[in-house]
Amino acid sequence: MTASADVTATLQGKFPQTTPRASGDHPAINVPLSEAVAVLTSLRDEHAFDFLVDVTGADWGVDASPRFTVFWHLFSTTSHAYVRVAADCTNDTDPVAPTACDLWPAANWHERETYDLLGIKFSQHPDLRRILMWDGYPYHPLRKDFPLAGIDTPLPDLEVGEITKATAKPAPMVGGPFVASPGEINLTEAEPRAKDESWTERREKPASE
Amino acid sequence: MVSANNELAYNTKIEGEVIVTKADAVINWLRSSSIWPMPMGLACCGIELMASGNSQFDIARFGAEVMRFSPRQSDCMIVAGTVTYKMAPHVRRIYDQMAEPKWVIAMGACASSGGMYRSYATLQGVDKIIPVDVYVSGCPPRPEALLDALIKMQAKIRREPAARNLMASA
Ligand code: SF4
Repeated sequence: MTASADVTATLQGKFPQTTPRASGDHPAINVPLSEAVAVLTSLRDEHAFDFLVDVTGADWGVDASPRFTVFWHLFSTTSHAYVRVAADCTNDTDPVAPTACDLWPAANWHERETYDLLGIKFSQHPDLRRILMWDGYPYHPLRKDFPLAGIDTPLPDLEVGEITKATAKPAPMVGGPFVASPGEINLTEAEPRAKDESWTERREKPASE
Repeated sequence: MVSANNELAYNTKIEGEVIVTKADAVINWLRSSSIWPMPMGLACCGIELMASGNSQFDIARFGAEVMRFSPRQSDCMIVAGTVTYKMAPHVRRIYDQMAEPKWVIAMGACASSGGMYRSYATLQGVDKIIPVDVYVSGCPPRPEALLDALIKMQAKIRREPAARNLMASA
């Protein structure tokens, strides 16, 4: 931790536009999107954060601006420290972020996942296709305006869809969704269990919830 | 003097090497005793499916130990696991490639109804795309439950008008 505690301060010296980010665990830093790759390069080459743990994003809500933020989580295999880099996307409707594929090949699939689920495009990415949902799926499911149950969409294979008359229908929410309680010490309590949201189907949602 | 008939079993000397029975009985006996499964192990239930083949549970006792990884050689698709919408068309295509007659066991909550995955990505029951003969409850079902489903399916196969179906399709 000692080596990384002042890494944000050092970075701020080098990149004056960066600001410290409130964080419950590891040092974190806000960077402007245009400087993200430079900051990541500096972290990798000058601060020995040689391991890319994760690339992901957040959608802060339909009305929020900036709506999308991209996160990079780095780890140093020599000092065993983590650091989190966050960059707000400038465009709220069609967010674009620079790729980190040239720094870490591992970024490739993480960025494809972030694109697939949140619709954040990574410019200069060598192969920006969907990775979890199928090619041609019209939505980005982790966006806040996408319902958990889904939206009626044709199956990926139109021929099979025609034979079976099946589509990717919204899932029924009676008795669901099933949610786990993370952080629960008692494993029996932590098991995924139905959080009854039957009101989404017929009943009105109770006011107390 | 009347002698007691102790011949309970089939005796070739007496019957002249001829057995009289119904075509349905023979065909269904053959079919139900050598079901070759197509293991569609898509998630955790696949592990229990593998366990069913182990010597503790020994699915071979019911003639269904020959897991075929080619749909051309299998009779019964055991859908063991979560079917995502991305996977669903492939499951249907593999089912289409299986030769008739063919049967389907939906093993576990996910294959039967989508299970705990009430979400945009999961097919809510494999019966939306292929006809299912036997559903097995559980998450995952124990291997005994799968064996029970297999026995139920054997009973179902034995009730089929196999000869008539064969004539009709010929
Ligand atoms: S029913 Fe349970 S064990 Fe089986 S695939 Fe679904 S989640 Fe896994």
